[in-house]
Amino acid sequence: MSDSPASPLTTADGVPLKVSLRRAVRRSKIKAFLLVSPLLLFLVVAFVMPIFEMLWRSVDNPEVSTHLSRTVEALEGWDRESLPGEEVFAALAEDLREGQQARNLGLLSSRLNYEKSGMRSTITRTARGLGTLEPPYREALIELNDTWGELDTWKLIQREASPLTISYYLAAVDRQLTPDGEIVRAPESQRLHVTLFWRTLWMSLVITVLTLLLGYPVAFLLASLPLRYSNLLMILVLLPFWTSLLVRTTTWIAILQSQGVLNDLMVAVGVIADEARWQMIHNKTGTIIAMTHILLPFMILPLYSVMKTIPPSYMRAARSLGGRPFLCFRRVYFPLTIPGIAAGGILVFILSIGYYITPALVGGQSGRFITNYIAYHMQTSLNWGLAAAIASILLFVVVVFYLVFNRLIGVDKVKLG
Amino acid sequence: MNESLQQERNDSASETSHAAEAHFVRFINVQKSYDGVELVVKGFDLDIHKGEFVTLLGPSGSGKTTCLMMMAGFETPTHGQILLKGEPINDLPPHKRGIGMVFQNYALFPHMSVAENLAFPLEVRRLSKAEIKRKVARALAMVRLENFGDRRPAQLSGGQQQRVALARALVFEPELVLMDEPLGALDKNLREEMQYEIKRIHAELGVSMIYVTHDQTEALTMSDRIAVFNDGVVQQLAAPETLYEAPENAFVANFIGENNRLYGEVTEMIGDKCQVRLDSGETVLAKPVAAGGIGARTTLSLRPERVDIAASGAEASFDNRFRAEVREVIYLGDHLRTRVSVCGTDEFILKTPNAKHYASLRPGQSVDIGWSSSDCRALDA
Repeated sequence: MSDSPASPLTTADGVPLKVSLRRAVRRSKIKAFLLVSPLLLFLVVAFVMPIFEMLWRSVDNPEVSTHLSRTVEALEGWDRESLPGEEVFAALAEDLREGQQARNLGLLSSRLNYEKSGMRSTITRTARGLGTLEPPYREALIELNDTWGELDTWKLIQREASPLTISYYLAAVDRQLTPDGEIVRAPESQRLHVTLFWRTLWMSLVITVLTLLLGYPVAFLLASLPLRYSNLLMILVLLPFWTSLLVRTTTWIAILQSQGVLNDLMVAVGVIADEARWQMIHNKTGTIIAMTHILLPFMILPLYSVMKTIPPSYMRAARSLGGRPFLCFRRVYFPLTIPGIAAGGILVFILSIGYYITPALVGGQSGRFITNYIAYHMQTSLNWGLAAAIASILLFVVVVFYLVFNRLIGVDKVKLG
Repeated sequence: MNESLQQERNDSASETSHAAEAHFVRFINVQKSYDGVELVVKGFDLDIHKGEFVTLLGPSGSGKTTCLMMMAGFETPTHGQILLKGEPINDLPPHKRGIGMVFQNYALFPHMSVAENLAFPLEVRRLSKAEIKRKVARALAMVRLENFGDRRPAQLSGGQQQRVALARALVFEPELVLMDEPLGALDKNLREEMQYEIKRIHAELGVSMIYVTHDQTEALTMSDRIAVFNDGVVQQLAAPETLYEAPENAFVANFIGENNRLYGEVTEMIGDKCQVRLDSGETVLAKPVAAGGIGARTTLSLRPERVDIAASGAEASFDNRFRAEVREVIYLGDHLRTRVSVCGTDEFILKTPNAKHYASLRPGQSVDIGWSSSDCRALDA
């Protein structure tokens, strides 16, 4: 009687329904894509590409293979047991001479210096001394700088000839490679980043918990007060958003420093002695206080948006069913605010892990975050590879937290305003 | 002597228990103001017997929900007292009142399953696990949702959610259940079904219920007594039949059922009737209910189904007869609604059964209509 259900549906003129549907929606799809394309292009150029650039830079290792290309070639087949032969030294001399003329030995010497301190001056001095040298180069170079007589130097050059390296990542977690390729901990005096990673994580956690404790009652008030009071309160919550971040941070310096408002007040009242003023800034305390304040709105707003959707009748129902106020809160209200807690928590935590300006200004030495060292390696030490490696690890940590969070709570349940 | 003492004690016991039956819930001159300027509830008195189904009916903003919230303990009376079983409960927090409540949008906890929702009031009362399980199962059976215990409220239809809310308000066996427009969100058929369901459960359990609604049909169907609210005052508290048949004032007459209104002035009292001269000049005989004395303005209230067309042969019993012109006839299946112009109004409605001899009415036609003075109630102006 009718078509068998297995045969595909067709429109009246016999075109399969699916094809027809695709044609019908194609126009609107193209239109929609054109509308979002400016933003998409912007995101690709300003966000996606820099991230890949950063990831690439954290493993990219062009210096040795470019600037010591002859040496690297000559080192192939080297037995790694004894010093290489004359042809390798000759190749090195030629590479360095060329580099000296082109004035591009700086990158190479910095790169090798990261792996073996002293290599910068070795290369600079050797390149300068090459002018008068005659072959055979082997003894002459070792004479010029005895670093060339060490096996480890040649092992290093051979190792770093590879176009990709993990040594930036190792440095980022306070590890290094021995000449023989084993991973060991860096010397104690150079261990720095792991401590900073952990400090960043636990301080971010403390900040997140503090914003939750402080923000929850405020969000509750916002959601439950009559409109004219809640509007005023909302303005108070949003006011910091409209104030410059720098102003807010420096205000905390004015308040918390040892000759600052708070200490003066406490001395005047007699709570503390003049000579025992509290050190509340340029340390962890300062960073935590200032960042809790600055990130508080990011906790309050998601909480508020979730609480706003919880009808007051739920609590009333729970009360009428015989629950004491606290029990009703714990069993009924609180579980319903978990999506808001999760949204605010993940937002504050991720923001604070990557926060830079506030810890830089009020953190002193002990309250500094890993981001401050990314900036240091970008701007001062100019070790961009290491900066990229640290930043990539940070990105990885954030993504892992996000995935765990998604697994536990579900991003689809989160409301961000 | 011993015996007489015993007797006396028995007497007093039965008297107090009788008092508790009669005055299960009492509102004594309760007033409520939210802003200290305006009274939302102005002197509310109500006396509810044990097992009674009382509806607070009124337009929105008339103060009925406020009264319910005061009963539940979510609002405090500004003045007056509320007694439950003879005890004042003004200062008792909601969770100590032991009153079940069904909310307008059910207020089922969305993060708990149906069974967990029902178990909540039992858990807070620290019942044993087995006991909780038994009572939850019984409550679910009562609302015919035996197999829905594991579902989340969001997975249920509106009617099912309504049943769960009802079961949750009853599962801890309260003696009083409050309902705040519980059927407002349901469609018409479901609403009617639930009305009977609630009625059945009320009869089965014998609990007292206070029910708030703005739907007069709902109120008439379900209640033992109805308190009609307007403007913070109870206009009339009576059984459904009385409210419909014998409204005490113009508001109640209008609010309950359809109603023809004629305005005039009382000119004469003739025995138990009064003569009213309408503004349009006609004279009508009516039954004085809330009209003032001679010379007072009055509103005459007349149910459409109590007006008949004289051609039907029943004219002898009518002491009011007028010539009317048919304006509009609306066919409603089992009955006809005829709008006529008479006594100075174009909005006079007749409801007549769909019988053969009425079928010939056409707009523009003149007919004789009439009604008995005992059906025509002279109320306040």
